[in-house]
Amino acid sequence: MKSLLRPALSVFVLLSAITGLAYPLAVTGIAGAVFPEQAAGSLIFKDGKPVGSRLIGQPFSDPGHFWGRPSATAPQPYNAAASSGSNQGPLNPALEDAVKGRIAALRAADPGNGAPIPADLVTASGSGLDPHISPAAALWQLGRVARARGLPEAQVRALVDANTEGRQWGFLGEARVNVLALNLALDALKR
Amino acid sequence: MSTHAWLLLGAFLAVLLLAAKPLGLYIAYLMEGRLRIGRPLENVVYRLAGVRPDEEMGWLRYALAILLFNALGVLSVYALQRLQLALPFNPQQMLAVTPDSAFNTAVSFVTNTNWQGYGGESTLGYLVQMLGLTVQNFLSAATGIVVVIALIRGLARHSAATVGNAWVDLTRATLYLLLPLSFLIAIVLAGQGVIQNLDPYREVTTLEVTRYEAPRLDAAGQPLTDDKGAVLTEPAQTAVQTLAMGPVASQEAIKMLGTNGGGFFNANSAHPYENPTPLSNFVQMLAIFLIPAALCVSFGRMVGDGRQGWAVLAAMTLMFVVAAAAVMSFEQQGNPRLAALGVDQLGGPLQSGGNLEGKEARFGSADSALFAAVTTAASCGAVNAMHDSFTPLGGLVPLVNMQLGEVIFGGVGTGLYGMLVFAILAVFISGLMIGRTPEYLGKKIEAHEMKMSAIAILVTPLLVLLGTAIAVMSEAGRAGIANPGAHGFSEILYALTSAANNNGSAFAGLSANTPFYNVLLALAMWFGRFGVIVPVLAMAGALAAKKRLPAGAGTLPTHGPLFVTLLIGTVLLVGLLNYVPALALGPIVEHLVLWLGA
Repeated sequence: MKSLLRPALSVFVLLSAITGLAYPLAVTGIAGAVFPEQAAGSLIFKDGKPVGSRLIGQPFSDPGHFWGRPSATAPQPYNAAASSGSNQGPLNPALEDAVKGRIAALRAADPGNGAPIPADLVTASGSGLDPHISPAAALWQLGRVARARGLPEAQVRALVDANTEGRQWGFLGEARVNVLALNLALDALKR
Repeated sequence: MSTHAWLLLGAFLAVLLLAAKPLGLYIAYLMEGRLRIGRPLENVVYRLAGVRPDEEMGWLRYALAILLFNALGVLSVYALQRLQLALPFNPQQMLAVTPDSAFNTAVSFVTNTNWQGYGGESTLGYLVQMLGLTVQNFLSAATGIVVVIALIRGLARHSAATVGNAWVDLTRATLYLLLPLSFLIAIVLAGQGVIQNLDPYREVTTLEVTRYEAPRLDAAGQPLTDDKGAVLTEPAQTAVQTLAMGPVASQEAIKMLGTNGGGFFNANSAHPYENPTPLSNFVQMLAIFLIPAALCVSFGRMVGDGRQGWAVLAAMTLMFVVAAAAVMSFEQQGNPRLAALGVDQLGGPLQSGGNLEGKEARFGSADSALFAAVTTAASCGAVNAMHDSFTPLGGLVPLVNMQLGEVIFGGVGTGLYGMLVFAILAVFISGLMIGRTPEYLGKKIEAHEMKMSAIAILVTPLLVLLGTAIAVMSEAGRAGIANPGAHGFSEILYALTSAANNNGSAFAGLSANTPFYNVLLALAMWFGRFGVIVPVLAMAGALAAKKRLPAGAGTLPTHGPLFVTLLIGTVLLVGLLNYVPALALGPIVEHLVLWLGA
């Protein structure tokens, strides 16, 4: 046993230094040089100030903005320092109540819209920070946003299309709309 | 199941099986000590450590070396967490982790479980993430690999007293297999948007002001509660969003490649900074299965009969396809309770459809469900969607994947040695049926091997069922339940299943960061890991010492479709006999209530 102690300690310390310091620091150096924007968090700047990240959603409740996925982070939604899902099971009455509340808020903001609401608009995302909604969820909100801004629907629709990505490589993931990018484009239109 | 889902599954398996062969041959080449180019760096390690690389060990010494090496890992990760406030690379000034949580996390990462009782971005500084967790992501993976290599040597050698040198094997697996592949994957992930920096958390000004209910805090910063224990809140508002930062890509790569699964952030691979695109998701799923699949090829090469490896890989792949197709169809069906509220869950070109609670829009129901099947078939435990919110049967499949003993690909190394133990059980059962002494790869399977197999197979069900019983019978255990009804029982069953089988995923609603669960689950993880490793190494030693018999007319071939069927049957028989009653009380009851009403 004693003859195992020295190799155990030395191999442990050496491999720790290589995999726990040299490796992450080397990746930091290379990623920072080759992909500087991504490595720093894909930040979006407006007038030189950071207004968010392309990858991290923000909460929206203004009828003139597109709304994103409901978020279960605490204490405030889209808390990017404490990611979390709701972890509510499919039969949990709290889930049913939460979905009813979200449906009521969406309907109240757009009373004339009788179309069924796409599921991603009323269910909390896994991270609580989902930056995307489905194209169906964006189109469902199109009329409301256009009216609130006094814009023709075709113009808003063009912005939605411009911020929509299809499936990656044609077969990976789902088509999606980046909500923050879309709302920034809408706000830029007004000025 | 949609066309998209089938296409995704097909593409995944095609890329995986294409990559498995070259990597498997490389691993055999590396672990047989034929990689000359690596010698100079290796020799520096051996010289500093006082290791004589050509000096081989018997199984017992090999096992002691592994145990000692892993015990050092527990001490190191525990100490780093307790002392993090005094150490560098902690820009958020994260406080010392509580003793029970630090103990749980240390055992969790050393045993390749990577169960997380804590939220990463709100608990751990960057030094703990790098020098504690990333290191164990490498070393626990290397441990799994060297144990299966020792077992393969036991089968390949004859009349031998030794199974290899643990220090040499650990060094080679870490430096020349895990490190270069992780490096490559980390850079690819960074290109997709996974962050990699050592910056303090970044504050940004949001477009809108958010109004919310904030908990009221007392002078010590603890939330105030009313006399019923409910937290008191007050209205608050903010226009600032704090973005958690960190060296994520480097950890993410080995988290997947080593089937570790411990996320940098609380939301794990659902977090857009850990898993930003469908492509990064695809790469992560591949990384999970890559080494477990390749090791089957290495096995065939090292025992001198490639067909033996392909047979094991075929059994794993067949079981996986059934599991993956099942989760994807159940999740794409959606939740009937939401359908009753008029929610549109129908999939199409404009939306994924299905059960989307706890899932990300970029992955939708299909890519999330496939990830769940992969991460639980392998003992990875990373999640890109919250399993707690899956449909009852969509959540049952991940549970069963783990309960079968993590042998459908399984963890790096652990999956293959688990499957080889089942292979030995399968030849034993068929030996009984035809009345001949069972043999596997020319090795006679005798009482000692069967005892070790029985221990290795039965230790995890014992831990799972006993642990679940203790938790549901105790106040502290029931206090953690988040969801009412049968689902609450499933949360506890899932936690013990995940810990004892070293998976690490969770029905995460369970409040497990309590002294009760931290200690119970740490014990389940430790014995679930080393309670299997030690008998497997003992078997390796005994097999190495045996003579090799020539195959005769009565020898059962262990490479054809007959044996693959027999192997799958054995795995299912043992798994189902152990767990059907527990599953009936949890997800099956829940499924009936959800669809038939109650």
